[in-house]
Amino acid sequence: MNVETLFALCACALVGIGLYGLIVQPHPLRKLVAFNIMGSGVFVLFGALAKRGAAAGMAADPVPQALLITAIVVAFAATAVTVALLLRLIESTATASLANEPPSGD
Amino acid sequence: MLLAVAGVVCGIGIYARADFGTPPDVKESRAAFSYWLLLMAVWGALNLVFVSGDLFTLYVALELLTFAGVPLVCLAGSGETLRAALRYMLFALCGSVLYLLGAVLLYGGYGTLDIPLLAAAVQPQPLAWTALALMTAGLLAKTALFPLHIWLPPAHGGAPAAASAVLSALVIKGSWFLVLRLWLDVMPGVASASAAQLMAGMGAAAIVVGSVVALRQQRLKLLVAYSTVAQIGYLFLLFPLAFDAIGNMAMREAAQAAGLLQAIAHATAKAGMFMAAGLVYAALGHDRIDNLAGAARALPVAVLALLVGGVALMGVLPSGAYLAKKLLLVSADASGQWWWTLVLQGGAAFTAAYVVLIAVRVLRRPVAPLSELKPVSMLSQCAALGLALASLALSLAAVWGPLPAELIANPLSPKELGNTLTMFVLGALLASALSRRPLFAAACVGNAANGDEDGGPLRRATVALGVAFAQADAFLRRWSSASLSLLTLAALFGGLLLVGAPK
Repeated sequence: MNVETLFALCACALVGIGLYGLIVQPHPLRKLVAFNIMGSGVFVLFGALAKRGAAAGMAADPVPQALLITAIVVAFAATAVTVALLLRLIESTATASLANEPPSGD
Repeated sequence: MLLAVAGVVCGIGIYARADFGTPPDVKESRAAFSYWLLLMAVWGALNLVFVSGDLFTLYVALELLTFAGVPLVCLAGSGETLRAALRYMLFALCGSVLYLLGAVLLYGGYGTLDIPLLAAAVQPQPLAWTALALMTAGLLAKTALFPLHIWLPPAHGGAPAAASAVLSALVIKGSWFLVLRLWLDVMPGVASASAAQLMAGMGAAAIVVGSVVALRQQRLKLLVAYSTVAQIGYLFLLFPLAFDAIGNMAMREAAQAAGLLQAIAHATAKAGMFMAAGLVYAALGHDRIDNLAGAARALPVAVLALLVGGVALMGVLPSGAYLAKKLLLVSADASGQWWWTLVLQGGAAFTAAYVVLIAVRVLRRPVAPLSELKPVSMLSQCAALGLALASLALSLAAVWGPLPAELIANPLSPKELGNTLTMFVLGALLASALSRRPLFAAACVGNAANGDEDGGPLRRATVALGVAFAQADAFLRRWSSASLSLLTLAALFGGLLLVGAPK
């Protein structure tokens, strides 16, 4: 087994763990962490692909790395926005549940 | 598309002046400041979605759209809307990570993400199927196609009217447009007819469930939000109709034109409807459908906008939805997929049902004269009406432009008139069967008793059906069932692409 395959398998495991967490964990913060794990899995996969697709004489294909850094920034921004929303939610309702709201009369 | 979006944004902007406009010498409130900023952000992100030709740029554009849309949901800042925004955010993130995974796989396989280059390079093989299935499932989660509409009704129902109009008319169209690009432009050789049938099947389910649950709502804004769920279903009916009878993607242009037309028609009409619903709420101080009697006299222009928007969505003759429906019906005939003809015609009857329901409620004479009416801006009412009328007149513009003129029949010819009347009659029947209170029951005052119990056995049976639909909808909108259905859908798409692959 070469090193790219190892990384790709590792990425699969991370995506799997992340998906499991997203579905099973009820707390929004845990869901967010699970999302980040899943995202990391995708990033690792992208890195492995960059290594595999390297042109002769280069360590890695630079395009995926450039895309990767953008994707990481996007994921970071998403995490920040979600945490901010979560903090506001806890501030205003003192709970952090995502359960369906009861049907309100008006 | 760019032009249509610009038009809708202008209309919404004019409307929002009344809510969020700030005179020059007053300090701008935080909600108003964020609203204008976010409106521009949504507009910019959508333009990027429409002009970009690279799958990764499209990913960034979609994220921008989500980041602009989420704060719009919780502009009011109450706990309820914050929760809706958080659900929207998390589910959209789920979708975008799946999309990114698909894009990464495509890059790994073909070494490019540029749409024309990729379209030339892509082969029907497991890698492309997996990527297409993952990306489609992710995008459907962002578009809120049934059964992935977990976040849509609370988010669109809870946001301020000017924000819901943006969300419902524009934000969901971004990811829908991307599904369209992906299936018809990037991978026409990879997509299979059976997977397209699944997608449109979910669309048909969305029309039925969305409309029935819409009829069961107590609040006007939630009714309009569920009508969006149903109309999203309509947008996905074009996919199987791009294939001809033997499963080749032969009728791509017609399906694409119909889809875009439908999207523009829905964007304009739904923006108008949400704005009108917001005005009704602002003027009456509530938007309980049962207590809307007399609204038509108090707010004639806003109510007219609401009804014109609904009629335009139904696909009555000069509207854009009519032309889109006509194009799809022609495709359905040509490819022998008669079942989609049924769905297209039935969907119009469902739409007619909630239009009739609203019409009956608002036109009724109030029991007591409406007292505490708050004044609402005439400009806002006119903006809502203008957008609704634009949707109604859209087919004229389309025929004047690129499409053949023989698609439009004479609106007063017996056949067309008969079609329209049938739709209305079917709609009235559905509305009286499924609405919360019997259609012509006396207006109720004060706290409404539940009207479900009265009526004959037939009505009781249909009401039970409606309740069952509403419960099924609530179950599907739980987080666990929604995310499981997301995964199942991704797997199903993969399987169907594999099975339907040309040998």
